[in-house]
Formats: sequence, structure tokens, C-alpha cells
Amino acid sequence: MSTAHPHHAPAPPPYPALPRRKLKVATCSLAGCFGCHMSFLDIDERILQLIEHVEFDRSPLTDLKEVGRCDLGLIEGGLCNAENVEVLRDFRRQCHTLVAVGACAITGGLPAQRNAMSLPHILGEVYQQREGLKTGCAIPNDPELPLLLRQVRPLHEVVQIDYFLPGCPPSADSFWVFLTDLIAGRTPRLASGPIRYD
Amino acid sequence: MTDSATSSSPFPLETAAHPERLRRVAIDPVSRVEGHGKVTLLLDEDNRVQQARLHIVEFRGFEAFIVGRPYWEVPVMVQRLCGICPVSHHLAASKALDRVLGVTQLTPSAEKMRRLMQYGQILQSHALHFFHLSSPDLLFGFDSDVRQRHIVGVIEAHPDIAKKGVLLRKFGQEVVRATSGKRIHGTGSVPGGINRHLSPADHRLLRGDAAQMVQWSLDAVHLTAQLHAAEPALYNRFAAFDSNFLSLVRPDDGAMDLYDGRLRCIDPTGQRLVNDVDDQRYLDLIEEEARSWSYMKFPYLRTLGREAGWYRVGPLARVQTCDIIPTPLAEAERQRFLAWGAGRQVGGSLAYHWARMIEVLHCAEIIQTLLEDPDLREGEMMAPLLPPGERPGEGVGIIEAPRGTLIHHYRVGEDDLVTHCNLIVSTTHNNQAMNEAVRAVARDDFDGRDITEGLLNHIEVAIRAYDPCLSCATHALGQMPLEVSLVNADGSLRDQVLRAPGGTLQRPSLAG
Repeated sequence: MSTAHPHHAPAPPPYPALPRRKLKVATCSLAGCFGCHMSFLDIDERILQLIEHVEFDRSPLTDLKEVGRCDLGLIEGGLCNAENVEVLRDFRRQCHTLVAVGACAITGGLPAQRNAMSLPHILGEVYQQREGLKTGCAIPNDPELPLLLRQVRPLHEVVQIDYFLPGCPPSADSFWVFLTDLIAGRTPRLASGPIRYD
Repeated sequence: MTDSATSSSPFPLETAAHPERLRRVAIDPVSRVEGHGKVTLLLDEDNRVQQARLHIVEFRGFEAFIVGRPYWEVPVMVQRLCGICPVSHHLAASKALDRVLGVTQLTPSAEKMRRLMQYGQILQSHALHFFHLSSPDLLFGFDSDVRQRHIVGVIEAHPDIAKKGVLLRKFGQEVVRATSGKRIHGTGSVPGGINRHLSPADHRLLRGDAAQMVQWSLDAVHLTAQLHAAEPALYNRFAAFDSNFLSLVRPDDGAMDLYDGRLRCIDPTGQRLVNDVDDQRYLDLIEEEARSWSYMKFPYLRTLGREAGWYRVGPLARVQTCDIIPTPLAEAERQRFLAWGAGRQVGGSLAYHWARMIEVLHCAEIIQTLLEDPDLREGEMMAPLLPPGERPGEGVGIIEAPRGTLIHHYRVGEDDLVTHCNLIVSTTHNNQAMNEAVRAVARDDFDGRDITEGLLNHIEVAIRAYDPCLSCATHALGQMPLEVSLVNADGSLRDQVLRAPGGTLQRPSLAG
């Protein structure tokens, strides 16, 4: 330990604070319920700290319609239609690190309950055979509607995923630990506490 | 592609006469709403709007895969319909299954704990919607810089407003956690009752903050009222139209009740079209139509038909269908709101925000009052259940979710497995209204003008006012054969679908 002699010590070199670049983050919801985004917002007033280090690109919270080059992409929800697949591939191309967030992204989640059923059967039941439905309704079919996949799929079956954040939804604390570790340049490590698998 | 079901549409601008000659502009995805939706406009060579549609492209099939599950799983499963208002589905399913099991009267503890959960949930969802999603449009202007038009922009420009919004939402989420064990997708309500009381620690925590939340809610109401006062012409004109309004009201006095009640629908003059009808009879009142271009159905009153029978739900409907809000501060603010209409229906879409904040205030007042009730901390949790064979086996649960009237309907066999599930979610009731709002803006703001990002945002502002729950987006697919291949991470083919000309789907076999 050195002792300080202020009168003799050389003046410290000028050490301007480096302009710290904010981490660019995109988020997206595919076939999910938006609960993971809600749980992320459950960091509550910690969001005031977070936005000093993070800038949002395409996200349901912003009006950017296309994803740009990003450090981090967080995706909730599984793949249930062709559009989901397109959006996911776009995110993979643009995001340095891609995170599958929550049960639907990791396993297909509850929407994957339909995997055991035939799609025409489900569509017919919901749009043609319901009580309280006007007679003569057809199953929706329009070029503006994306093609449904036969089964709901998890993200890692289609693109490389870098991290998995489990839970339905993951806890706010797990988002917090994950993001603050990344911001600090550490490999994110979640203790068993904030992790949940429900 | 022509469609006989929609080309006969009675709704102006829903279907263009010759879509093939028109230029397509899409807003895709609609942002700052729950999930994804898409708007398409078809414009002629003079930039006049000939067709405008809000497409809901979500299909997850919950109604189909709930069938076959044990009934007690349902209140937990259906929460996954929505992560913003999971409690609404949790409670609507619980209420329907109470009926299935023959329970018409909950214990006082169960009814009050569920109410506390519900009012906490509406408070948090409304705060989220106003502060996190919609306030950038209202505080910065519809055409403001897209780089500022989000919650981070609000935090930077109006830190006091944003922070109160964040903390109001936090309080609502804490009420949900304290009553259900988890902020999102909790488990507090079960068919026939509840499974926990309010702990002493949570009681102290919530009681300590309640008065502050009432004050901040009042501030939020005043903020929305000031926005109206500052630009009355805009707030009266923008996406404004007459409609019928539907909500639950309390049976004895027609008061606002967000947990339970009877169905009431009023017309634009305030006259009752549906006069406080038992919620179990919803199928007598409401019919739905499927249209080719949206996975979301279009409901309307059977007696009036699809053309005249559509209606709006949610905050704007509730503050005008009820006879009174049964808490003093919110009722005083409701009277100021009604005075704005000067005896006429307040029909502008932006008035949803004002009505929504009046409901936030009402929720804060109800929560503050409920927290004084000892039944939350002790007492019987479950009502007695009838054995299989004696129970009705069928039930309807209707609740006022943040976005409006939410209907769950189940049948359960004697083996405890669900045999039938029908859901009419809040945003579905507003489907026609949101399309009308899109067309009103297209008609009033767009015709003949250059399409800019800011101008397109006007349409989104109108949709956002309804706080829609949408999901899953799409790009333009075009009216052409289309092939989609789903490839594994290792490059091998997993699935493939083709859209043939004419729209039929084919699936080549994945031999080998």
C-alpha cells in the first residue's frame, strides 16, 4: 500500500470518462402471452437505472418496426406461424447474443398443447362448429394472415440460441441479474433463487 | 381474391370494390400494444383510402386444447392467454367453474380475496397501458420523433409522471402477488374458492402504500382531464363515433362492478338495449361472426344483427353504462367526465384514456377499503362442493377485465374432464370498434395526403386507445403461391407448407 504525499506526487494524468456505449437491446413476442415482457417490466423502478446502460431497438415498447444491429435480442413465445419464423431469423441475423425467454420460447409452452391435434380439426371447431356463431362462417383464409405451422415449435429448433432464461414467466430478478451481468461484461450466472421452471 | 362474405359488408371502407388496382400500405406490427397486429390500407392513385382493416393474426387454439383437461387445471392454464391480464382469465375461469360445481355463493373470504386480486390487476394493467404504452403519443404528440416516442422518452422528459406510473403499476402487481403468490400466472383462486389468505406482512405492506396510490391515481385522472381541456377539438373529433356500450353492472343499483354482475347494453342515447340480464344467458344475447381476413371474430347483439348490433366494451363503456361508481372520488371524477359530453354519449376513442384513469382511481379506493376488512386474513376459503352427478356440470363466468367484458363458458363431465370451452375475450368485443376507429382516422386524416411515419402513427394511436390484446405478427405475404420451410438449426428440413394460388394450403410430405 502506497502512502500519499500530495505535495510531491505527480499530477494524475487526465483521465476522461470514456463515453460508454449503451447496450442495444431488441425484444419481441412470438406465440406467447406477453407475460415475459411484463415480468421484465416487473423490475419496477430499477428500469430508471437500466436505461442508463440500455437503449431499446425494435420492441413492443418502441415504434421501430424492423430490428437493427443489436448486442442483445430477447424473445418470448414459440413458433406457431410462418411470420414467427421470419421474425426469429431476422433477430438471429441482427443480434449478437440471442436469448430464448420463458417456457414458450424454450419448449413451445402451453400453446404447444395443440401439437397433438390436427390443425384443420381445431380451426373447424373454433370457426365453424361453435355455439353462438352465425351460420355459414368459413375458416379465416386471407393472404394477410400468416400460414400456421402444423405444430408449435421452440426457438432452438430453428436458430442458434445463446442463452435460455426459464420460467413462466422468468422472474423479474432473473432478468435483472442477467442484464446487469451482461452490462458489466460478466458471463450471466443465475443462482437457483431467481430461476423458476413453472 | 374476392370474398362474398365481406364484399357484402355494410361497413364503409371495410372492403374495396376493386382491391387489385390499389396500392397497399401496411402498419406491421402495430407497436406499443400487447402482442402484434397489423393494419392494411389500400389507396387509389390520389392517395384516397378505399379499404382499411385491422387484422388479428393470432391463433393459438386454447378453446380446443382445454377440452380433455381436468377442470382444476383450467384457471391456471388459461392465464397463459395473456400475461398482462392473467388474473382476469384466472378469475373468469374460476367463476365459471364455481357454477359447474354448483357453487353460487362464495365464502366472504374467498369473494373478497378474489376482488382484491381483480382490482389490483386492473390497476396495474391500466397503469401499464397509460404510462408505458400510450402516454408518449399524448405527451409528445402523434407525429413526434419516433426516437423519443416510448416509455424511455417519457422517463427522460417527464420523470415525475413516469415514476408515478411505474410505482402505481408496481403496487397493483404487489396486490396480485399477495393474493395469488406470483405477480404473473399465480394460483390464488380455485374453483369454489381460494387457497390462501392475505399474510400479515403483505397486509402491512399494502396498507402502508394505499393512501399514496389513491392520491397518485387522482393525479393521473387530472392529467388526462387536462389533456382533453388543452385540445378539446382533437379529443372530441379523433376516431370519434357513436356506438352501443356493453358491460356488467351490479344487480341491485346498477353500480360499476368489475368482478361480478349482470349484463347491460346501452345505445348512443343511453337507452337500454340489454336490461341487466343474468350472465349465464350470454348466448341468448350475443352472436359472433367469423370474417375471412381476421382470426378474431366479430360479436354483436343477436336482436339487432351484425350491422346495428355491434358495441364497445372497456373503460369508456363501463363509466357510461353504470349508474354510479360506488367510491366517492372516482364517482366525482365520473361526473366531470359525463359533463364533458353535456348530455350526449362521450364517443371519442381518446376518451378511453380518461375513463381508464377514473377506473384506476376507483380500484385504488376499493383496494384501500378492502384492506381494512378482516375477512381477508381469516375465515373459510372454500364453499362446499357438490359430488359428481349432482353438480350442474356447466357454467359461465363473466368478469370485467381491464379491456372489457370477458366471457368464459365450460362444460365438465362426471369424470372431471372439460368437454366444452367457449371464450369471448375483451378485445374481440371491440373488434368492430377498432376497425371503425381505423377507418375514421383513415377517412379524416389520410385522404389525399402523403403517407408518413407520423401519419401512420395516428392509426396506431386510435387502436391503442382500446388497449387491445393482440398477438403474433405477419409481413406482407402477397396474393401469390408461397412456400414456407422450417429448417432445423443443423440445416435439415423440419416442416414445409405451401399456399397454392387461391389460398389453399398444402403440405408436401417430408419423406426421409
